[in-house]
Amino acid sequence: MEMTQTHSDLLLLMAACCGLLVVATLIGEFLRSRLHKTNATLTVETYLTRVHSWWGMVFLFSIALLVGPIGIITLFAFCSLAALREFLTLTTKTNADHWALVASFYIILPLQYVFIWWGEVGLFSTLIPVYAFLFLPILSVLRGGKGSNKNVLARISETQWGLMVCVFCASYIPALVTLDIPNYGDRAPLLIAYLVFVIQMSDLMEYFAGRRIGKRKVAPAVSPKTREGIACGAAMAAGLGLLLTWMTPFSPVASIAMAVMAYMVGVGGSLVMAAIKSDRGIKNWGHLIPGQGGFVDQLDSVVFAAPVFFHVTRYYYGG
Amino acid sequence: MRRFAATIVGQLLIFIGHLITAARADWRGIEPVVRQRIYYANHSSNADLPLIWTVLPAAIRRETRAVAAADYWLKNKLRAFIGRDVFHGVLIDRRAEYRTDDPIAKIVEALDEGSSIIIFPEGGRNRTEEPLMPFKAGLFNLAQQRPEIDLVPCWIDNIAHIMPTGEVIPVPLACTVTFGAPIHIREAEEKDVFLTRASDALLDLIPTRGQA
Repeated sequence: MEMTQTHSDLLLLMAACCGLLVVATLIGEFLRSRLHKTNATLTVETYLTRVHSWWGMVFLFSIALLVGPIGIITLFAFCSLAALREFLTLTTKTNADHWALVASFYIILPLQYVFIWWGEVGLFSTLIPVYAFLFLPILSVLRGGKGSNKNVLARISETQWGLMVCVFCASYIPALVTLDIPNYGDRAPLLIAYLVFVIQMSDLMEYFAGRRIGKRKVAPAVSPKTREGIACGAAMAAGLGLLLTWMTPFSPVASIAMAVMAYMVGVGGSLVMAAIKSDRGIKNWGHLIPGQGGFVDQLDSVVFAAPVFFHVTRYYYGG
Repeated sequence: MRRFAATIVGQLLIFIGHLITAARADWRGIEPVVRQRIYYANHSSNADLPLIWTVLPAAIRRETRAVAAADYWLKNKLRAFIGRDVFHGVLIDRRAEYRTDDPIAKIVEALDEGSSIIIFPEGGRNRTEEPLMPFKAGLFNLAQQRPEIDLVPCWIDNIAHIMPTGEVIPVPLACTVTFGAPIHIREAEEKDVFLTRASDALLDLIPTRGQA
């Protein structure tokens, strides 16, 4: 593999991530020994388990980005698969939906990522909102069987919603590599790292600030997120946006705006997903990522932000 | 050679189980320790047995045998191999007229050898709309003959949606097997009272969620 500017920039960013994780791990261990047997222990333990999972995610994500578009597309195809499985496990369905579910997993999902690989916006931005939207309900009706005329609207819309969030929106993260931005060359993988990094770090900021100084909950019925926490998260996003302008095709001011926008959409996303979890009576979507729950729990904010980030970038900076 | 093949096939089934269902055990009422138990579970799909098999820790799995239908598992050589060698099945013929030995005696024999067993007390796959069919007398007879052994209810969730009866392609949905608190037969407990209590203990493990 030839070492390019993009590669060395990616490596620099990964080194920074590892540095942050080292610091995060040390802080966690320090707090754990200090707060031993107090009420704060649980918060610290949760935080440390999360840090450990991040080590794994940073590692996988780094490899995928270094491999190039095919690496990152494959990684997210598998994330989509895991997320869709978690989501559709909890949706309303009967035997009549079997064909629609089979098609979602084995046709729509792989096809979406093939279209991303081809880089055809016209295909990957319509496959799920248009074709899956229209044809999956047809399949459900044709498959028929017992209960096929019950809860129809709930069944078809919950399946569609799962596909939209777990496949369509998630696929917009790797889709960023397909953007053809003048004077930006092959640096699009950096844009993915930028989006994910800004949102995850700001989420973390919100998590901590919210617990320290948070007072007014924004959606008390579904989530502990507070205005104060979110304000700190947004400030973090703005700071990171400015700091990481070099990774993007944006001007410094535009980078701040994009980072804050992505973060705010992400916050909205995790509130919506929290509301769904609360409705279904679950704490986490799955159990595959220690300390984080499932893939949907980990991806919810990034997934909501990705399509908006993609289309705004494409509109203003696309060739 | 046969045992080696059985081990390989067993591991393969466990791998496929994890791959498709991300199968998970929820030990809600009891710890996963090696101790003689009778696991009784709901039965709605042929994948039920492989799924419990997948989530049991290896040490427990080695000591566990499944009570299964001889008329299903002895139909061809492959099934016989999986039923006998992989799941160490205690094979019972459901058709009384073909039986040569007492099925309960056969299961008790397995228990007396020290094995734990997995049993589906509904006596067949549940194809009704109800979450459970009425239990057959088998569980009661076992509980009466070996009252000291823990009867552990195991609720298998979601498997029916993975592959509804008659379908060939499984959908990869997440599955959880919930293990509840053990029950025991009470002194002089009537058959129907006991079976209802056992059935209720299993129904209590059903997660609440929006299912059609």
